[in-house]
Amino acid sequence: MKLSALQQSYLNRRSNSFRGSAQLDSAADGSVKSPAAVFWLVLHGVCCLISLVLGFRFSRLVFFFIFSTSATNLYTAPFRGAAEIASHLDVRSTPVTGAADSVPGNMTAVVASSTSRVVVGRHGIRIRPWPHPDPVEVMKAHQILERVQREQRALFGVKNPRTVIAVTPTYARTFQKLHLTGVMHSLMLVPYDLVWIVVEAGGVTNETASIIAKSGLRTIHVGFRQTMPNSWEGRHKLESRMRLHALGIVREQKLDGVVMFADDSNMHSMELFDEIQNVKWIGAVSVGILLHSTDSSATIQREGEEESTPMPVQGPACNATNKLVGWHTFNSLQYVGRSAVYIDDRAPVLPRKLEWSGFVLNSRLVWKDVDDKPEWVKDLDELDGAGEEVESPLSLLKTTSVVEPLGNCGRQVLLWWLRVEARSDSKFPAQWIIDPPLDITVPSKRTPWPDAPPELPSNEKMSVGAQTQDQQINKHSTKTKTPRTRRSRTKRRHDTKVIGVQASTLSVSEQQN
Amino acid sequence: MDFWKWVFFGFLCAALVSRIGAVELGRNQPTERISGSAGDVLEDNPVGRLKVFVYELPSKYNKKILQKDPRCLNHMFAAEIFMHRFLLSSPVRTLNPEEADWFYTPVYTTCDLTPNGLPLPFKSPRMMRSAIQLISSNWPYWNRTEGADHFFLTPHDFGACFHYQEEKAIERGILTLLKRATLVQTFGQRNHVCLKDGSITIPPYAPPQKIYAHLIPENTPRSIFVYFRGLFYDVGNDPEGGYYARGARAAVWENFKDNPLFDISTDHPTTYYEDMQRAVFCLCPLGWAPWSPRLVEAVVFGCIPIIIADDIVLPFADAIPWEEIGVFVDEEDVPKLDTILTSIPPEVILRKQRLLANPTMKQAMLFPQPAQPGDAFHQVLNGLARKLPHDRSIYLKPGEKFLNWTAGPVGDLKPW
Repeated sequence: MKLSALQQSYLNRRSNSFRGSAQLDSAADGSVKSPAAVFWLVLHGVCCLISLVLGFRFSRLVFFFIFSTSATNLYTAPFRGAAEIASHLDVRSTPVTGAADSVPGNMTAVVASSTSRVVVGRHGIRIRPWPHPDPVEVMKAHQILERVQREQRALFGVKNPRTVIAVTPTYARTFQKLHLTGVMHSLMLVPYDLVWIVVEAGGVTNETASIIAKSGLRTIHVGFRQTMPNSWEGRHKLESRMRLHALGIVREQKLDGVVMFADDSNMHSMELFDEIQNVKWIGAVSVGILLHSTDSSATIQREGEEESTPMPVQGPACNATNKLVGWHTFNSLQYVGRSAVYIDDRAPVLPRKLEWSGFVLNSRLVWKDVDDKPEWVKDLDELDGAGEEVESPLSLLKTTSVVEPLGNCGRQVLLWWLRVEARSDSKFPAQWIIDPPLDITVPSKRTPWPDAPPELPSNEKMSVGAQTQDQQINKHSTKTKTPRTRRSRTKRRHDTKVIGVQASTLSVSEQQN
Repeated sequence: MDFWKWVFFGFLCAALVSRIGAVELGRNQPTERISGSAGDVLEDNPVGRLKVFVYELPSKYNKKILQKDPRCLNHMFAAEIFMHRFLLSSPVRTLNPEEADWFYTPVYTTCDLTPNGLPLPFKSPRMMRSAIQLISSNWPYWNRTEGADHFFLTPHDFGACFHYQEEKAIERGILTLLKRATLVQTFGQRNHVCLKDGSITIPPYAPPQKIYAHLIPENTPRSIFVYFRGLFYDVGNDPEGGYYARGARAAVWENFKDNPLFDISTDHPTTYYEDMQRAVFCLCPLGWAPWSPRLVEAVVFGCIPIIIADDIVLPFADAIPWEEIGVFVDEEDVPKLDTILTSIPPEVILRKQRLLANPTMKQAMLFPQPAQPGDAFHQVLNGLARKLPHDRSIYLKPGEKFLNWTAGPVGDLKPW
């Protein structure tokens, strides 16, 4: 607003001060050269010189300090001091004082009617002594934000949210903690009530129990009699049976809500949980399939789809009027012969035609003796005894046309499917706690080790090239593990075989132990 | 028969007398309204409650100026142009000046723009004066009341003081010729020379299409606590600081620049409107003048406005309960702003958000084209209607004169 008035305003202010000084000069010249007048002249000259050097209106401050009697607000006084000077020297009375605060005794103009407490002119910039955030207030602000967002969800989000029943088949293995922690954190963020049914192959273990205990969610942890086989084929079959077992639990306990299948190595988006609240009986969402493939340029051609997506997506297929007309499934022809058979093969792991995780059910579909169950749903008990494999929840239905497509009719990919497992002979520390702690190996090249004792053996795989000039560190071992006796202490060795990757030196300081 | 004839005659006389009386008084009595409850007074329909006569000024006062610089339609002072257009086609307009309650003079005083787009007010007093001279010589209605039933739109920084610098504006005071007229202006500060008693404060113009183009879904969670984008120091005009915004904006910066709750900066992001919709509080501090379009934007986007401007008079203050909708912070309390805001109880905050969500509230702040019921145009007319009927004393008796046509700075008296 004021950019164009830069010169003008500055000149105006300049001219004001000059006008004041000119008047002063003329007054001084006109009268007899009394010592007082000469003194003021000299003083003003000195002030002008100083303000030239220092660059602010020092002269006005000096006048203020000399003229003002009452202890007025330091911030607003300098201008009023100048206004006084102007009103003394100028011929016409300035109406500037009309807006100013009523200062006792100093104002010459008569202030009409009520006065404003707002003063025109230069004000100080108020800074408090410690202008930094106060942690208590930051917490209060976050609580306010949380309350506001809760209200927003209540107003604009899902009305009458239903409980989410998450079904996860799992078994104890190296990567279990990795996958299960991911799922657990996703479920912990869900803003609705949640029941987490964890079915563990091979029986309930402490390992799994300790992981899911940290969630703070309501969990139902059951064991399944069989152990997980080593092939993907077998694993998929067993997982289906475990999921059916979980549905049996839903039926038994009459859990009410929306059943979704959260496989322990899937990745879920938060929008998924909002979207599945919209399901009436059975719904399907689009699942992105992340294939660990060495050939990244392979694009999968899909049946009946116009554009070829770089990432395969499983889910409902809709026509232009958003009605379900078919399914996008996984075309495994490209990967024939190249896919993984055993769990630790380094080949792409293929999903089934339609993954369980892409479906959500209303839990009442599996309940016994419910009147308003639709007639197209089979009873759960029929599937239990059946010899054939239940590939997807669609086996529960007599007709697939009743499935509701969710996520903008399948256009939104709301979760991703990925299978990554470690080698079957990989060993990992129980519950991923290294106890007792690892030994020192070799410090890194540039870190001088302050007072490590000499002759320190290392028991990790070291690249031969790592050299150190330090006298203290002497022996390196290559990939063989040779038992060495230690001088200072006896520690049990750990045979840590790291999965597949080159060992990195874990230097744990002795002093820190 | 004679008796009935006399009755009939008497009835006729009574009717005649009452007709004459009706002609004299003429207007409907405006009903008493509960002022200050949002959604009640705001929904009044002014049609039928007042009549406005629009003077036909030569186009050099309005159309030609706009043709010279069409940027006037987009800046925050565009209300004067859109008000004119609205009145021309509104049902409150009357072509018969004898039955008009209010008279409107369409003169665009804020349309003389610099190359940067800022209006220069130096010729505005002369322009206004020339317009008034025109209407007073061509129509008798100005001289009848010396402008007391006329209204003018003066949306510039300090209203009819016609200057952008506050000290100069106070020196000039309101243009003497407008001393009796009703001023519709954006500036409002209590006990200030440039706010006349009985003025109507309006919000600055904010383009409605641009606002509606940037709406985001309502369920987007509000995750910013305090939001502000704008200058803190006006380095060009106030390099030392302390003049601009009376030091309040600089105080905000110095105290809260490293506070994670305050999302404040001088950036010009493209997502400015979207960010406001994700914020709980929006700062609306004063600048060179106490008002700013931020208030309009905050109200429309549901962000609680924090008004830091001592003694400010907000738009339509008699119809909108600003105390219940916004948070008022004294300029001297700026260093304690975070304490003040975090100590507001959440129920109060939720209530303010509910009041802001009222669509009549948002509509009252905007000037949409074409005009919609309840918008700022109608609120102005409601305000004018609430001032009716005019007090009989505004009509001058013969020989009475209040205005001094030669008062004011010498430069104002030159013809335009």
